[in-house]
Amino acid sequence: MDTTAQLDPANEQPLASTPRLTLSGISKSFPGVRALHDVSLSLCPGQVTALIGENGAGKSTLVKIMTGIYQPDAGTISIDGQAVTLPSAHAAFGHGITAIHQETVLFDDLSVAENIFLGHAPRTRFKTIDWRIMRKNAKEVLDTMGAGHIDADARLKDLGIANKHLVAVARAMSIDARIVIMDEPTAALSMKEIEELFLLIEFLKSEGKAILFISHKFDEIYRIADRYTVFRDGEMVGEGLIRDAGQSQIVRMMVGRSVDHIFPRRKATIGAPVLTVSGLSHPTEFDDIGFELHRGEILGFYGLVGAGRSEVMQAISGITRTSKGTITLEGKPIAPKSAADSIEAGIVYVPEERGKQGVVIGLPIFQNVSLPSLKRTSKSGILRLAEEFALARAFTERLDLRASSLSQDVGTLSGGNQQKIVIAKWLATAPKVIILDEPTKGIDIGSKAAVHGFMAELVAQGLSVIMVSSELPEILGMSDRVVVMREGRVASVYDNKELDAETLVRTAAGIAA
Amino acid sequence: MTDTPAPRHIPDRLDKPLSSAIFSWEALLVVVAVAIFAVNSFASPYFLDPWSLSDLTFNFTEKALIAFAMALLIISGEIDLSVAAIIALASTMMGMAVQAGAGTPVLVLIGIVVGLGCGAFNGLLVTRLGLPSIVVTIGTMSLFRGIAFIILGDQAYKGYPASFAFFGQGYVWWVVSFELVLFLVAAIIYGFVLHRTSFGRRVFAIGNNPVAAQFSGVRVGRIKFILFCLTGLMSGIASVLITSRLGSTRPSIAQGYELEAITMVVLGGVSILGGAGSILGVVLAAFIMGLVTFGLGLLNVPGIVMSIFIGLLLIIVIAMPILWRRLRGGR
Repeated sequence: MDTTAQLDPANEQPLASTPRLTLSGISKSFPGVRALHDVSLSLCPGQVTALIGENGAGKSTLVKIMTGIYQPDAGTISIDGQAVTLPSAHAAFGHGITAIHQETVLFDDLSVAENIFLGHAPRTRFKTIDWRIMRKNAKEVLDTMGAGHIDADARLKDLGIANKHLVAVARAMSIDARIVIMDEPTAALSMKEIEELFLLIEFLKSEGKAILFISHKFDEIYRIADRYTVFRDGEMVGEGLIRDAGQSQIVRMMVGRSVDHIFPRRKATIGAPVLTVSGLSHPTEFDDIGFELHRGEILGFYGLVGAGRSEVMQAISGITRTSKGTITLEGKPIAPKSAADSIEAGIVYVPEERGKQGVVIGLPIFQNVSLPSLKRTSKSGILRLAEEFALARAFTERLDLRASSLSQDVGTLSGGNQQKIVIAKWLATAPKVIILDEPTKGIDIGSKAAVHGFMAELVAQGLSVIMVSSELPEILGMSDRVVVMREGRVASVYDNKELDAETLVRTAAGIAA
Repeated sequence: MTDTPAPRHIPDRLDKPLSSAIFSWEALLVVVAVAIFAVNSFASPYFLDPWSLSDLTFNFTEKALIAFAMALLIISGEIDLSVAAIIALASTMMGMAVQAGAGTPVLVLIGIVVGLGCGAFNGLLVTRLGLPSIVVTIGTMSLFRGIAFIILGDQAYKGYPASFAFFGQGYVWWVVSFELVLFLVAAIIYGFVLHRTSFGRRVFAIGNNPVAAQFSGVRVGRIKFILFCLTGLMSGIASVLITSRLGSTRPSIAQGYELEAITMVVLGGVSILGGAGSILGVVLAAFIMGLVTFGLGLLNVPGIVMSIFIGLLLIIVIAMPILWRRLRGGR
């Protein structure tokens, strides 16, 4: 089905040609999460299609399906009108699909030429690699794309990210890739490098490649894309020609949904400031961060991935160091040097990466819950199991944990139930301030509601909560105030009264109202 | 999903089926120990004599003392390959002290302090510089023993005072040696520390997920440092015992002890990947190793064949849990 052609008959570019790649009716679920539902997308030769959506909208899942890493549960993929399957990354590569990621996946210790021709190097009569021809071909490819300044013999690790992208593109050219996916390629580039990348994209367009461009930055999308497709919650909610669509129209598509249906109503009784942060800086990650957190308040932190929110929180909770700035808890300045220090002071950080930083898989539930509270549950260093079970029971039952026993290994639980344990274990330390980093990322709706309900309960008891979230409904539904961060700085602080999603997205992306 | 009535009760633990106790690693070790004991008593008429059984314990007590501390270290995800070299260095230092006229209490103190110091040195390199312990302790293995060789060359220290002989040769009561008593006391202390204290719990947490443990307020570096110190301390104590038992110091003393201690730990069911294990398992594994080497000795099997056997045993016990998991359908 060629829906694209029907949608924009006025397009000057010859859309009459069949799309190079068509995805239709693609669905993909993971245990407890529906990542994509009945999604369709067409990529045409010589065009750049921008894929737009919030974090968690399903963009990465789609890229992984297109590059053969995930298999869709339903739907068809066709290339040049022919239905194909992409059972492996190798198969996708064979069909001329190549992806350039934010952090390029190449080989640091190989030369530029080797990276370009890895897997399809020119051979001599004796089946050994023909280094002379390979170097010459590499040079040719780089020259045709206007990247002649890159030395084909240089080690890849000596190149900057922008040049690594160029090598990745050269590799795509050398295998005659016809479909190029660029997944946030500009995230780590300077302005000048971004301009160079855009020239390259223009070149790829002129070569007739079909390009999928994923970016959070609207100025880039408007600068380079011909078409757009908007995803929301794993569904496609709009598509069309970029020049026919205004920014606000696209933002509305990204966020448009009612936000109050699952969030608990609560009466905010905000008290005195509990935590005051001022001038907090880090050599590379963030600069001059200042905010106040009050008793009984939920303070939301919104921003794009890479805005530095998690890094700020880890600094406040003693996991990373800061270069300057002060943190004041209940009037007393603190300088936590480790998580143990901050837990003792009354600040706990519930990390984003549940599996890596949150639960200790291999230990049973009750031991996970008691781990940060061992000082209280033990007596002169000797464990008291009854105390541990009581502590674990109190907090896991409040969070409505589903488990067969408290001695069950946490590794056997679902993501949502693991998250409840992660929250329970930090709450059990009786903190004054709890920092939740993406508390509902990747967990099912039921567990989400349990976590949200519990947050409301906590602040009602006088606890103060910082919630880092990239999910707009969650930010809008739960926060009393919202701090928006952009590129390592506080861009703005909003009272969540007449706050709307569009304002947040604009501030986070740096679009003027 | 249907609505469920608010807080559902979660039991502390489910009644474990009897089979899980019967098929536990420790139960298997008991069966193996009994079987080897039976074979030995048939193979040699001298085996069941109380004094010969007492001699048997000397085959494992010194190594097992190190294995207890090593078990904690391996559970935390680290390893110490320098333990035998620590014995050599500590023994050499004691020998030098004897030449200078030191008495028994000073000798014991020197052995223990040198061991502790070597362990602290390993610990500092691993926790402060963030180096992998396997590399650090391969380095200090050569370093410590190298110092012993430079000091001693092809010489040997002798002339230890008579009262010093008690630690490695003395008996507390009838056939019960001082070494055996020390072994049992250490087993109880280490078992208690690992399984009954918050320190032990943190060791398990670090071994299973060091990052999450750190985020949970566990002072990972400090605990690992203490574990290296303990391993060094136990090596120092072992050095006192072995020097006392042999009555002399050569730079090649306790050669290969590190592998036997590690084999004991792994045979005892401690995961070489860290995060799991028990002291009971290590105690049983110590008995098995002692029975096997003593049995082979009774049968006049030469030492070099025994080291082949130890090597094979190490490979088999490391491979077994992994193969077992694969067979049961996991990955």
